[in-house]
Amino acid sequence: MRAMRPEHELKRTAASAGKAANAGKAASAGKTVLTPEEIRRALSRIAHEILERTHGGEGVVLLGIPTRGVHLARRLAARIGEFEGAPVPCGSLDVTMHRDDLRLRPARALQRTEVPPEGVDGKTVVLVDDVLFSGRTIRAALDALNDLGRPRAVQLAVLVDRGHRELPIRADYVGKNLPTAYREVVRVLLTETDGEDSVLLGERDR
Amino acid sequence: MKRHLISAADLSRDEAVLILDTAAELASVAGRPIRKLPTLRGMTVVNLFYEDSTRTRTSFEAAAKRLSADVINFSARGSSVAKGESLKDTALTLEAMGADAVVIRHSASGAAHRLAGWVTGSVVNAGDGTHEHPTQALLDAFTIRQCLGAPGSQAGSPAGSPGPAPARRGHGLDGVRVTIVGDVLHSRVARSNVLLLSTLGAEVTLVAPPTLMPYAVETWPCRAGYDLDSELPKTDVVMMLRVQQERMTAAYFPSVREYRRRYGLDAGRMALLPGHAIVMHPGPMNRGVEIAAEVADSPRSTVVAQVANGVTVRMAVLYLMLGGAGAAS
Repeated sequence: MRAMRPEHELKRTAASAGKAANAGKAASAGKTVLTPEEIRRALSRIAHEILERTHGGEGVVLLGIPTRGVHLARRLAARIGEFEGAPVPCGSLDVTMHRDDLRLRPARALQRTEVPPEGVDGKTVVLVDDVLFSGRTIRAALDALNDLGRPRAVQLAVLVDRGHRELPIRADYVGKNLPTAYREVVRVLLTETDGEDSVLLGERDR
Repeated sequence: MKRHLISAADLSRDEAVLILDTAAELASVAGRPIRKLPTLRGMTVVNLFYEDSTRTRTSFEAAAKRLSADVINFSARGSSVAKGESLKDTALTLEAMGADAVVIRHSASGAAHRLAGWVTGSVVNAGDGTHEHPTQALLDAFTIRQCLGAPGSQAGSPAGSPGPAPARRGHGLDGVRVTIVGDVLHSRVARSNVLLLSTLGAEVTLVAPPTLMPYAVETWPCRAGYDLDSELPKTDVVMMLRVQQERMTAAYFPSVREYRRRYGLDAGRMALLPGHAIVMHPGPMNRGVEIAAEVADSPRSTVVAQVANGVTVRMAVLYLMLGGAGAAS
């Protein structure tokens, strides 16, 4: 079935909102912009920032956007648990059905949405994603979240902010600001999905 | 996903599993405060029903509405069909109204296939004569996977207690033994189920009186037999079919009582089933004919779960057919 594509490929093409259909084939190797240690430090810093900004993580729910955002959310939740001794609820939020580029490509497989049993009503929801690019994924996530309940506040944490926003959306917590050219491709590799931790910046194969 | 869904044989194993996985994710929508997704906003789904139906039509209607599509219900009674309009003219009328998908039920086998050649939108077969009913087979497969789980985890529980869903994602029904009992000859549900369940890896056995066994059944991807009692102990799923009196033009069995005694599922026969086995029925049930009331209402019966799953499976089918590129234009 045409809809079955590797998830990282979906992610990449989705971010560019259909402007580069073969972006997924991406990345002639590319150079490393974040090493495993730097990713670890960035996540630790974000965890501390979340705790500062939310007064000790009171009422915080972490929701990762599949696929890699979910693993990042789990790591952040574990860090926050270590620092504060109290666990933070953590889940996933699939945004596929709310995307604005659905009709530009074949229907795609859905990912899991798992909301912690506490729900999101009245909570401070921190959305977690790997790369912030056009902002369209986050727009879809805000719509999807709207159907699940009414959070007190919504914040956004990303590992890499690569610029080129197409919507008025910004991140509250950023692992690394990475100035890129539009035609470049950012690939986030995580141990859980790719066997190693790193962030690569490469040229898009044409 | 293909543009039309006419036959369960059109689906490859990967496509069928994708539909089941998509349905598994969509099932959570039913439990949310807002049971609606914006995905098919602005699209029109026409329910074209030439035969009476409650659950299939309402199920398709609910599925389309939960995806924010507009639904036009069209039934043969009270329409121009009563004045003698042909299927083709009706189809062209609907076409002119801009239907993105047509869900058709018709008493003639092959009606959906003919319709697919006349309209530009997608066609979903919701039952054509004694031919096929693919979405029923999909929801049956979904219910079996939900209740029995993935192969190896056969500790499965009776109806209505879905375990941890992720374990079942991506799985077919390999090794699950399904016995389909009753009026196979007139049953589009049986035909679609045999095709789909065998695609998914299940071992299907048909049990029916010789007069209700279809011609050339030996060419189907399943076994066939006449003795229900010998099959029951080695089955994981028993699917009872409705005796379709309205399609019977001859005497296929001497009396209802004799049919019930040899092929009806009562409490005594249910006791022959293994402990984890489930009892399915596509509905509407003839209580006291093919299924006894105490079986229909027992915790092993998945009849209610099948109806609930029907909406999510049909949502998955509509999403995969209409949600992406290609189908819309």
